[in-house]
Amino acid sequence: MLKIEGLTATVDGKPILKGIDLEIPSGEVHAVMGPNGSGKSTLAYVLAGREGYEVTGGSVTWDGHDLLSMEPEERAAAGLFLAFQYPVELPGVGNATFLRTALNAIRRARGEPELDAMQFLKLARQRMRELSMPEDMLKRSVNVGFSGGEKKRNEILQLALLRPKFAVLDETDSGLDIDALRIVADGVNAMRGPDFTALVITHYQRLLDYIVPDRVHVLMNGRIVRSGGPELAKELESEGYAAIQARAA
Amino acid sequence: MNVVMHQVGAPGFLHRFEGLRERLPGGRLPWLAALRAQAAEAFRAQGFPTRRVEAWKYTDLAPVAEAGFDEPLTPMDDAMDLPPAQAGARAVFVDGRFRADLSSLDGLPFEVSSVARHLDALEGRLGALARPGEEPMAALNTMLFEDGLLLDLPEGVEGGVLELLSLATASERPSAFHPRHLIRLAKGAKLTLIETATGPEGARYLHNPVFEVEVAEGAWLTHGRLQQEAPRAFQLSTIYASVAAGGTYDNFTLNAGGRLVRNEIHVTLTGSGAACHMNGAQLLAGDQHADTTTALDHAAPSCASRQTYKTVLMGRSRGVFQGKILVRQAAQKTDGYQMNQALLLSPEAEMDSKPQLEIYADDVKCSHGATVGELDAEQVFYLRSRGIPETQARAMLVQAFLHEAVEGVTDEALRRALDAAVEGWWARQEETLAA
Repeated sequence: MLKIEGLTATVDGKPILKGIDLEIPSGEVHAVMGPNGSGKSTLAYVLAGREGYEVTGGSVTWDGHDLLSMEPEERAAAGLFLAFQYPVELPGVGNATFLRTALNAIRRARGEPELDAMQFLKLARQRMRELSMPEDMLKRSVNVGFSGGEKKRNEILQLALLRPKFAVLDETDSGLDIDALRIVADGVNAMRGPDFTALVITHYQRLLDYIVPDRVHVLMNGRIVRSGGPELAKELESEGYAAIQARAA
Repeated sequence: MNVVMHQVGAPGFLHRFEGLRERLPGGRLPWLAALRAQAAEAFRAQGFPTRRVEAWKYTDLAPVAEAGFDEPLTPMDDAMDLPPAQAGARAVFVDGRFRADLSSLDGLPFEVSSVARHLDALEGRLGALARPGEEPMAALNTMLFEDGLLLDLPEGVEGGVLELLSLATASERPSAFHPRHLIRLAKGAKLTLIETATGPEGARYLHNPVFEVEVAEGAWLTHGRLQQEAPRAFQLSTIYASVAAGGTYDNFTLNAGGRLVRNEIHVTLTGSGAACHMNGAQLLAGDQHADTTTALDHAAPSCASRQTYKTVLMGRSRGVFQGKILVRQAAQKTDGYQMNQALLLSPEAEMDSKPQLEIYADDVKCSHGATVGELDAEQVFYLRSRGIPETQARAMLVQAFLHEAVEGVTDEALRRALDAAVEGWWARQEETLAA
């Protein structure tokens, strides 16, 4: 279970998260929706431990771990995965090398044997077929020259390979056409089960037609202002954030 | 009691020249005696350049100017320990002198020889490109050179791969040697020359080579240089290359060794459609100083030049890149590109960068860029967020930077040699960091 209590954070000294309380029971998928500037991405980065996002109060626990006291790689080893809104390009780092290094780092942390190059390739090719990814994406530098959709699919490929227990998907739908969106959603849905928990961050309701959440939370101005079932996403879509804000105020 | 006075710096070299001039190779050839005398005058006038000289603004030669150097006392030992060969054919120079006994040159489709043995036939060729009046290190070389590689590729010959191994020996006092290499490719000839310069761990020496390279119409010279001198050595090298129509001079220099190093390259593109690639990587740690200085003269139309240099700096090392591109009025349709990137891995390391474009033609495409920075925090975070520990994440990104520096090298033999050198260097740094 993920438990966020009274979380506040600043970026460049400016308060962005102003007291977030959120619980996600294990095995559930929750969505956080909100307008631009509401703090969605800040929440994602704070959970993953990015430098420059300063936590000023509150706590985050995952499976009993105090997430905020851990280094980013320790959080990953504990089962956390962040799918980036803007996946980072790594010129000169081959995608296959990157994926295998990451997978083996996670496997080491779990006490599992590392995969050699052949074992890895077999596994990666299988996962790529499931995501309709061309095989030459293994040979290219990480995300370099990838289209927006390819970058997002590469994130989902990492999700499928690393098999985290808790995934944060930061606007994974942005920049995707409908076919790519379906592939990405299928990739996430394939992970669902009692051992997979996810926080899906999105601006639009569209993604939630494909990844149907157990709960929806509305984030505005650094706080969760409403929570509800999947129908809340539809309501947002028809009424807009302004109406919710007016009612919450 | 005998007291041996050792003069240091420029006066020391001039003193040696005065004492030796008759006995230097070709000492009885009037043209050569005149060439050496002129060079000595130029060197006397300039001495070792100080940082007040614009071309040497970022490289302080004081450690060289303040040292005293002797003649190398090369042990005549047949059982010398040679590094593993990079190619089938190898010309070996020990302390700047050709060693036929250590070389393996059988079966080459062209002749490899020693400059010292053919001086009587080199009037008008030796010194045709070098400019002792302008570059003091070339003046010092001209004054005191004893030998060098003499290479002539006849028209249309595919020369394959030749290694030039320059080996220094250790002696009690620092030694200096100044080889003069003459390389000429006739029309349509092709050669890959891989040069390795190295010396034993504790050796102190100055290696001051000058290359005069002529690439005729349609010829192609790949000139790979692996500078892996001894940790306390100085290498100050100057290359002069002239490339005729449709010819290519393709230089890749790896600066990984030495205490104070300068890699200075002057290339003139003299005929339409000539091309020049000057690329390189500098891998610096400790208190190393490495300087790459290029001067590219576009003197003919429709020529292309490409330069990419990458420097990785650790410890208190210093890197320098100075790159000048001159496009003369006649050189319309010039296509020039220059990129210089440095990665600082230590707060005490420093990189100086000075690009310089001088363009007199109006229809040209010329671009240059320079970046100096640390590892990208976002890239490091991306890797760490995937469970990769920070030190490993940083190592991956440094290797990626270095990989990019050598990935443009198309010649297979050179590429293999560079990959091995880069990997070896990084493994040594990791050991140092772990210790």
